[in-house]
Amino acid sequence: MDFTYNETQGMIRDTLARFLADTYDFETRQKMIATDAGRDPGIWNALANELGLLGAAFGEEHGGLGGGALENGLLMEEFGKVIAIEPYLQTVVIGGGALKTVGGAQAAAHIPGIISGETIIAFAYAEPQGRYDLANIHTTAKADGSGYILNGHKGVVYCAPWATHLLVTARTGGSTRERNGVELFLIDANLPGITRRDYPTVDGNRASEIYFENVAIPGDALLAGGIDLIDKVVDEATVAVCAEATGVMAKLHEGTLDYSKQRQQFGQPIARFQVLQHRMVDMFMEVEQAKSMTTYATLHLDKPALERMGAVSQCKAKVSRGAKFVGQNAIQTHGGIGITQELAIGHYFKRATLIEGQFGSADYHYDRFERLVIDEAA
Amino acid sequence: MDMEFTAEDLAFRDEVRAFISENYPQELRGKQDEGDELGKEDFLAWHRILHKKGWVAPAWPVEYGGTGWTPTQRYIWSEETARADCIRLMPFGLSMVGPVIYTFGTPEQKAKFLPRILSGEDWWCQGYSEPGSGSDLASLRTKAVRDGNDYVVNGQKTWTTMAQHADWGFFLVRTDPDAKQQEGISFLLVDMKTPGITVRPIITLGGEHEVNEVWLEDVRVPVENRVYEENKGWTCAKFLLAHERTGIAGVASSKRGIERIKDIARSEQDGDRPLLANPFFKRKVAELQTDLTALEFTELRSLAGEAAGRPPGPESSLLKIKGSEIQQRITELALEAVGHYGAPYFRGFGEGDNEHPIGPDYAHRTAPSYFNMRKTTIYGGSNEIQHNIIAKMVLGL
Repeated sequence: MDFTYNETQGMIRDTLARFLADTYDFETRQKMIATDAGRDPGIWNALANELGLLGAAFGEEHGGLGGGALENGLLMEEFGKVIAIEPYLQTVVIGGGALKTVGGAQAAAHIPGIISGETIIAFAYAEPQGRYDLANIHTTAKADGSGYILNGHKGVVYCAPWATHLLVTARTGGSTRERNGVELFLIDANLPGITRRDYPTVDGNRASEIYFENVAIPGDALLAGGIDLIDKVVDEATVAVCAEATGVMAKLHEGTLDYSKQRQQFGQPIARFQVLQHRMVDMFMEVEQAKSMTTYATLHLDKPALERMGAVSQCKAKVSRGAKFVGQNAIQTHGGIGITQELAIGHYFKRATLIEGQFGSADYHYDRFERLVIDEAA
Repeated sequence: MDMEFTAEDLAFRDEVRAFISENYPQELRGKQDEGDELGKEDFLAWHRILHKKGWVAPAWPVEYGGTGWTPTQRYIWSEETARADCIRLMPFGLSMVGPVIYTFGTPEQKAKFLPRILSGEDWWCQGYSEPGSGSDLASLRTKAVRDGNDYVVNGQKTWTTMAQHADWGFFLVRTDPDAKQQEGISFLLVDMKTPGITVRPIITLGGEHEVNEVWLEDVRVPVENRVYEENKGWTCAKFLLAHERTGIAGVASSKRGIERIKDIARSEQDGDRPLLANPFFKRKVAELQTDLTALEFTELRSLAGEAAGRPPGPESSLLKIKGSEIQQRITELALEAVGHYGAPYFRGFGEGDNEHPIGPDYAHRTAPSYFNMRKTTIYGGSNEIQHNIIAKMVLGL
């Protein structure tokens, strides 16, 4: 057992932290969000080519630095600290994760483009009726010659307006909620028959509703592995989002602490009031436990599926609850100024709020944990 | 970073398992499980076996009799002893005064007391709290006045756990009544057989006699039994409290506690299904188990820091707060699980009552345990005090 990061990992984190400190202050972020594109592509380009960080989690055979989930977690935590709007989760963690798992020619074809920053992937998995059930899918991929024909509607696809590729879940067979017959496809984002309705999300990102109408895709778009592969990729994404949450929560706590020392009421800083001190201690404990859970789940990502899913669900349930607690109490402690757009704190709160539900709420993950761990042992 | 055991770790685990299964006293098996009240000889039986093996004080430096285990080995040890339901050794000598003596004591004090703590020859108790000094420990008033080579001690201590068995006690006493509160306190080692000491039982909610009042009337304590400098006892007290808090998380035994609740809830029927299939009950178990995982990994992170040379600091208050809350929730859920049969009070039966016990065995101690464990958020510095410590020492408030 060893709970320390190695030297390379420390360097990777420091490199990103320094870069973001220089380029991603709150005002700059707000300006990026306000542009038509909703982001500054120069940042992504710099991450890829100046810093070489987009390869941190890929093997050397693909031109990466040889890391994996731990490196993803370190970077996601740093992104969380500045509430970054970069497509790292979708492109590297999810798209890259799926490609690493299937390996072979598909990995060799796409990973270099991810590392160089040219390829941006959006993950089109959610559907309006599906909630968090990854197998609750209407979208179909019907075999047609050597390829498939895609039809369906995917909802709230983060980063889709920027994507060069879409990672799509679709049915090749089976009924709506059946696990069998669900497959994963990596396709060009601009194929004929794909239409998008783009919009901003409440946490400052961009997303789309995506409609597939008789979209012809090639046979080698299929990333073989079915729902088990999708489960694995989404588990990795879930833990990455928890790592992001630890950055967001740490900043919510830190910002609240700083503000409480400055804000004067009744002739003294409000930090002197014990009721607020104890609340900030409770927030601190949630931040620490979120870090612990993220470490726990990260170290379970390579375990057999049942163990992995149990650990990931415990992690997400705890982090979701913690993110809510820390976010709400950060706003409450700030008072009126906390509910304005003026301070960064409210924007961290918005991201924390959406993280709560991303890839499953606390209730969803407690359900999954109970089903996999408690019922199984009964 | 990884959480895999090395081949050496696994060999160590097998060695520990084999040792426990071959050496844990037959008459103690299952005792902890049912929450039977344990006597002095029960604790000492296991203590002596571990001492003979050299494993009684894993946390101590090797030079004083520690095992030199890695943090991983210590983790394995606590896991395996909990897994086998071994009783927990009394902490007052091994985890509390022992570390104070080897950290602050004179060579003579170390030579005299440490071997007898390790062997179990001396049973220790802790003289900290007073009727007027609970959370505000530094307001203590038991006073020690220098008279030649002795201190003459007068005052009253309370909540003194297992003092009825104690050979020695470590006491915080006021040696300078004029100094600022924390600055006039000294740390004394007191022979409990000294004339002038009276121990009186306090019976707690579950009916147990665990804690006592200790009265001191003109008790003469040789100056050589003072640890560290006069009026600097608070330094020892703070050190001890931080030490006490890390062990207080109780992760391994809480894991067993949750498994016990699941066993109960599989046996108890709730309509046409086991209680564990009741979604509301099951959710409480899932939340408890998740919170315990969070505590376990927080403790492991803190142990990793310790291995890297950072001593347990104020963040160990977090382990105390969360660990004690979880211990309480376990007893709360166990009592909830047994339904009606939490009610019968076994101490209500006369001596020699040979009737068949009432209700399922697993129900007998659920209510007393629940009542008893309310202590966990109060002792060792109440959880509110732990909040104050984190606020001040970690958050800088």
